[in-house]
Amino acid sequence: MHTAAGVEACLPIRSDMDLVWVRQHVRQAAARLGFGLVDQTKLVTAASELARNTLVHGGGGQMAAQHVSSRGSQGLRLAFSDEGPGIADLELALSDGYTSGGGLGMGLSGARRLVHDFEIDSAPGSGTTVRVTCWVVRPPRPREGV
Amino acid sequence: MSDAYSGPVTGHVPVLRLGDVLLVTLQGDLHDSTAQQLQQDLAETVSRTGVRGVLIDISGVEIVDSFLGRVLAEIAAQAKLLAARTVVAGMRPAVAITLVELGLTLPGLGTALSTEAGMELLSQQAPSRPGGPRQESP
Repeated sequence: MHTAAGVEACLPIRSDMDLVWVRQHVRQAAARLGFGLVDQTKLVTAASELARNTLVHGGGGQMAAQHVSSRGSQGLRLAFSDEGPGIADLELALSDGYTSGGGLGMGLSGARRLVHDFEIDSAPGSGTTVRVTCWVVRPPRPREGV
Repeated sequence: MSDAYSGPVTGHVPVLRLGDVLLVTLQGDLHDSTAQQLQQDLAETVSRTGVRGVLIDISGVEIVDSFLGRVLAEIAAQAKLLAARTVVAGMRPAVAITLVELGLTLPGLGTALSTEAGMELLSQQAPSRPGGPRQESP
């Protein structure tokens, strides 16, 4: 039985140094919950993309990590929130190649592909919260239009 | 979890010169600013030394996100403008799987499975120069 101790945390995202701590925490939490190496790598990469968005586009914020379980599966839920300008057009922001910050435009859309569940709450002027969840044992999911 | 933790890397990453190649070994978790500093250092060093190749060993790198991916692609592009080729060596399988899923296939980057294979690749493809040690006939 994997223990959830050391999984739950709330970390500030204020500088690129904080991105390093976010990645370290997510890797340790994922390892503790029993994620395999490839899934750990995907989760840490997704966390890095989302934390960078919080820093660059949201002007800083925080990440909350939470242990979740459902029907015997263990999961890790990460919530990235900021009080920045928000996203006016979510559909556009989630499309491959769209960028407002001089990057490759793969951060948000790519992070969505790396996790099992992805939710985003945002509106202009009210900040942005992105919640992602990964499960150690994946529930079967239909593959959407490849 | 001390096993996975090798400490954040700040400041400059050492750039070693081996003959006609610059060798850089990335290890652990890089700060964004350190990666950008490396990009600048490499452009200056390639220009100053006139080397024909840049070899970046990323076998010690646990994740490559779109930021580091972009830095690697830009290093390759700027080296090309300065007449040098770039090879990224030793990418971990989990990193390759993640990069493809992320949507970053980095088509402009030369790759090799190990530093040794990367050196071989760079020495093979460097155009032979007068007086150079390798002047194979076609």
